[in-house]
Amino acid sequence: MAELLQFLFSGLTVGATYALVALGFVIIYNASGVINFAQGEFVMAGGMASAFLVAAGVALPLAVVIAVVAGVAIGVALEKFAIEPARRAPVVTLIIITIGASIAIRGLAQLLLGKQFHTVPPFTGDNPIVIGGATILPQALWVIGASIAVVIGLGAFFSRTRLGKAMLATANNRRAAQLVGINVRFILLLSFGLSALLGAVAGVLISPITLTSYDVGIMVGLKGFAAAMLGGLGNGIGAIVGGLMLGLAEALGAGYLSSAYKDLIAFVIILAVLVFMPGGLFGKASTERV
Amino acid sequence: MDRARTLLGHRHGGLGFLVLLIALLPLALPNRYFYDIAILIGLNAIVCVGLNLLIGFAGQISLGHAGFFGLGAYVSAVLSTKYGWPSTVSLVAAAALVGAIAFALGRPILRLKGHYLAMATLGLGIIIAVVISTEERLTGGPDGMTVAPLSVFGFALQGEAMWYWVVGGLMLATVWLAFNLIDSPLGRALRAIHGSEVAAEAMGVDIARAKLLIFVVSAILAALAGSLTAHYGGFITPGKVGFLHSIELVTMVVLGGLASTYGAVVGAAILTALPQLLTVFKDYESLVFGVVLMATMIFMPAGLVPTLARIMGRRR
Repeated sequence: MAELLQFLFSGLTVGATYALVALGFVIIYNASGVINFAQGEFVMAGGMASAFLVAAGVALPLAVVIAVVAGVAIGVALEKFAIEPARRAPVVTLIIITIGASIAIRGLAQLLLGKQFHTVPPFTGDNPIVIGGATILPQALWVIGASIAVVIGLGAFFSRTRLGKAMLATANNRRAAQLVGINVRFILLLSFGLSALLGAVAGVLISPITLTSYDVGIMVGLKGFAAAMLGGLGNGIGAIVGGLMLGLAEALGAGYLSSAYKDLIAFVIILAVLVFMPGGLFGKASTERV
Repeated sequence: MDRARTLLGHRHGGLGFLVLLIALLPLALPNRYFYDIAILIGLNAIVCVGLNLLIGFAGQISLGHAGFFGLGAYVSAVLSTKYGWPSTVSLVAAAALVGAIAFALGRPILRLKGHYLAMATLGLGIIIAVVISTEERLTGGPDGMTVAPLSVFGFALQGEAMWYWVVGGLMLATVWLAFNLIDSPLGRALRAIHGSEVAAEAMGVDIARAKLLIFVVSAILAALAGSLTAHYGGFITPGKVGFLHSIELVTMVVLGGLASTYGAVVGAAILTALPQLLTVFKDYESLVFGVVLMATMIFMPAGLVPTLARIMGRRR
């Protein structure tokens, strides 16, 4: 029982970061129809920037804030200098551009901070808390708590603010949104900034537990993509549920089945789901018009 | 437009140009290092021409072709090196196995569209990669494994010069195959599917069968090129199987120009040679590579060959 609880804790912690990354995928997809393959690099950038700043002697809370701001800056720059100039290009070209961006961002991180692993100190100590025979790191509570706060904040943004509603309107029908006076170009910029924010927050939160290096973004990005797909691409709630499910499945699979094949679990699940439920768990059936 | 078409688009003229290029290139290759790059370009071009049939002509994305490439490489490597099979037999067996896997999995996967298909193929590729790098007993794990050289009827294929002609010939055969496929009823069916699946189906195209066929063909070409790469290099690592290599292959196709067979060859040539050129940038290598890739796609969204063909056509 304690063992199961332990796996659930670690699954929820990792799942929370997958959920944040998946939400980032959904926000950009809804605004532009593009799958942003640089999404994982925001996670890497957040973690690496905070590691670098802490090592340079910056106080942890300040380092965390600067790291998140740096992540957002990368996201905004990506949209402004790479996506915006190619706005009329086919979607597959845009996807290749985001892949180019992810290679460049990884290259930059490797250049500035090297290939080795970096650590970030936990926010509030590392004395494990014992709950029902299982232990949980204070940092894991930070991950889960902050993720919940971010999701609530995001929900309020979309339902309470004009800008949030404008984003939803654009996602729903780009042309109609433009016709009622919404600046859809700004919405696109905002969507990259927002999903970079989610990625960077996830990176800053998880790095004290998992360590970070220039190439951590690849796997996290792909699993976030799988989580977004699992929930039915374009569905925010689905992305969160998908992220948590993949995190839990991975922790349970690594614990009870095989830890060597941990990285495989997310992809086996997504393949099985896509084969049997082609629209994801919460996706709607779509029809094609000729 | 006409000259551009005879040079780049027209079947026989273009193929003749390619034959001439392959025949004359050795005159310009100063040493083994350049032969090596030319051979790797040829091997990648074989994969890309096949992948372009799937992505460019049929409009079905695959982010998992490195999985087929790697599976072909490792099956052939393990059979010939660990079990002592003749290397030609293991090469054919690997291609057949990959073809069978693509056939079995293709039908459910190819029902998916767009990003969902991308996800499924990506997942498939990663599963193959993780299995290969975990099954250390057979594959040597993350460190890779040495591979026996290729021998045809007891005649060992060794040295860059000999490999150059073999790979050059196979690449020509692949391009020729691609042109014939494109002009066949299957090719027309695939282009109809690219336009609209519903419309194609209404016209009587068996879309599931057409997509499956081209998926299997492209998987077999990838497996073949993978096995050859392993036997040529004498060594294979899981890096050639993973997601990043899948992405590299798709990038070659898109960079050269979707639905352009020569585009696939040009894309393979550029992205194989570019990292070699960029080694002068040392630490800046992947940064420069990423920026070059982004800039090319921003300024030439249709890819190199179609864009150049258009410019040449306009100039006349």
